[in-house]
Amino acid sequence: MPLFREGAATPIANDGPAPVPLADWLQDRHGAAVALANTDDVNCLQPHLADLSLIVLHFPKFSDGRAYSQARILRERMGYGGEMRATGGVLQDQLPFLLRCGFDSFESDQKGFGEALMRARTLFSVVYQPTEDGRPTASQLRLVSRRIMATAAE
Amino acid sequence: MPDAHFYSYDDFDRRLVAERVEQFRDQVRRRLAGELTEDQFKPLRLTNGLYLQLHAYMLRIAIPYGTLSSRQLRKLAEISRKYDRGYGHFTTRQNLQLHWIKLEQAPDAIAALAEVDMHSIQTSGNCVRNTTADHFAGAAADEIEDPRVWCEIVRQWSTLHPEFSFLPRKFKIAITGSPNDRAAVRVHDIGLRLWRNDRGEVGFEVIVGGGLGRTPMIGKTLREFLPKDEMLAYLEAALRVYNRYGRRDNLFKARIKILVHEIGVEKMREEVEAEYESMKDSALKLSPDTIEAIAQHFAPPPLRPKRTLVPEVEALKLEDRNFALWLKSNVAPHRVAGHAIVTASLKPAGAPPGDASAAQMEGVADIADAYSYSEIRVSHEQNLVLPHVAVEDLPAVYRALDKLGFAEANIGKITDIIACPGLDYCALANARSIPVAQRISNHFAALARQHDIGDLKIKISGCINACGHHHVGHIGILGVDKNGVELYQISLGGDVDFGHTALGTILGPAVPAEKVVEAVDALVTTYLEARAEGERFVDTYRRIGAQPFKDRVYATV
Repeated sequence: MPLFREGAATPIANDGPAPVPLADWLQDRHGAAVALANTDDVNCLQPHLADLSLIVLHFPKFSDGRAYSQARILRERMGYGGEMRATGGVLQDQLPFLLRCGFDSFESDQKGFGEALMRARTLFSVVYQPTEDGRPTASQLRLVSRRIMATAAE
Repeated sequence: MPDAHFYSYDDFDRRLVAERVEQFRDQVRRRLAGELTEDQFKPLRLTNGLYLQLHAYMLRIAIPYGTLSSRQLRKLAEISRKYDRGYGHFTTRQNLQLHWIKLEQAPDAIAALAEVDMHSIQTSGNCVRNTTADHFAGAAADEIEDPRVWCEIVRQWSTLHPEFSFLPRKFKIAITGSPNDRAAVRVHDIGLRLWRNDRGEVGFEVIVGGGLGRTPMIGKTLREFLPKDEMLAYLEAALRVYNRYGRRDNLFKARIKILVHEIGVEKMREEVEAEYESMKDSALKLSPDTIEAIAQHFAPPPLRPKRTLVPEVEALKLEDRNFALWLKSNVAPHRVAGHAIVTASLKPAGAPPGDASAAQMEGVADIADAYSYSEIRVSHEQNLVLPHVAVEDLPAVYRALDKLGFAEANIGKITDIIACPGLDYCALANARSIPVAQRISNHFAALARQHDIGDLKIKISGCINACGHHHVGHIGILGVDKNGVELYQISLGGDVDFGHTALGTILGPAVPAEKVVEAVDALVTTYLEARAEGERFVDTYRRIGAQPFKDRVYATV
């Protein structure tokens, strides 16, 4: 399955460590890459995050959105900073959502996926929800402009 | 729209909707070019409100919290003329549906909506749907606070939410700001009810897990009192729990009501509160400044108290019996003296409930411009509302609505029927709903008789998905298919009034289509004979039980 990372329209080499299923990995914690089912509780990784450089989250179907929640908990609550990969039903129209939830690599064999990835972060120039991607929300930007207006009026 | 007294888009909102139109245009192009399979395209078109129905595509247009400007309503008329067959159908979720859309024209129709700051985003699909509200919001005499401020905050937060766009199933939120709930908050995935506690603070009661459909349930209280500024954090926590634990193995068990039912409301509360602990002090907490900026958009129009007793109104009441009845049923108290809230009935005798032609939409827009600060509401009972009418203008408004065919004095009465589109349009339906509604409407058309019968809500669904809310009708009618024959199951005693919310009980065996009117007539006759002073149909039913109704119906049909 072709592997993509933001910044390149063409697939990158998939030559990193092979991810180990969570249950196996927890037994001997061998290697720095772990693969989760979307029903796994991500909290059990809390003590081990420093040992991990890749967490793979799975979409059994594109319409099964559980991994979005796993991703945000890992990034925002647990502070995971390594690579986070989406596998399974990964289609280009999900990319704006995936990026906002903290995914940064993607397995997909959809035609045009790489080109879509290049555009995905700017497809929508406005966001309403605060997430770990740090983009200022419409509400925050409005607040700033109101403060500027108020200062200018003084 | 600087003159609007509700939220109007700023550049951020406008840009997002424009970018969404372009994204959808590209998706349609890829579908037509064969780059997307129908399977892959389906969720994309659905999150833009485009359904494939029996005869054509249907576009469901969001009308946030049921509030429209006259300019927006005129544009809807224009779109229905240009891209559809010159009429539209207002739904129980305060949306407008156009049932004859061509796929290749859908991006243009959606672009035309964006011209008046409207869209069809998330009117379908397993995401947070259009948030509904009391249709009398901002005008009702009994209101604590305008719920639309909070609906708008939810609208923005839920639009293209990165985490909650692929939930187990659709998610509907309703908000009310009045003790007399007109938004049916106990039959939504989440209902929010503004109320004032002993300390004088206004906050939300959070209700979870209500819903109709094939497994109707009354929502349960998740949080008695939530400070208003914590609304988004709490919603995000609740949605996350649902996204992670809601069932995905069975489409019919995927709504949050099933999760709440299976794990119990205590466990649900524990899970949500645990999530919420980690979120309540995050960027989701609403600053006073942010709330105030949204609230300013909803500043009420500058109504000055006026005389409540107007000679012309009093004279016309004596002269025109229908006008007198109309004042009783279609006109509600406004919070400013000398004003009223007028409901335009989209249920004239024999008409399909909720339908309006392009010309009728334009007519209502004209009336709103002249008499109601250019504002119109869509009610979940599929009528249109003029929220700010001066009492002295009531005769003129009545005459103007009468010309459009929208002055039927039947609001809350037996012919103010809620019905889903049914088998005439819908691919899911087992039976027709609209023709049944039309026959009942014709049978009980005499206004004096309707007013004698009094408040009686009939709700009709063409299948167990319950889009016509039959479970909460005083008389509920459900179309079922038995070996290719359309039959109708009747239930009694449903109610959405706050404090009385109840699901109806099935009366007995389903009746054939041609016997529905006789059955309803038998129910009404039973009530009229048994009623005590001041009792509505549903009150009599509660007092005497189902048996007398059952005996009469099955002796008749």
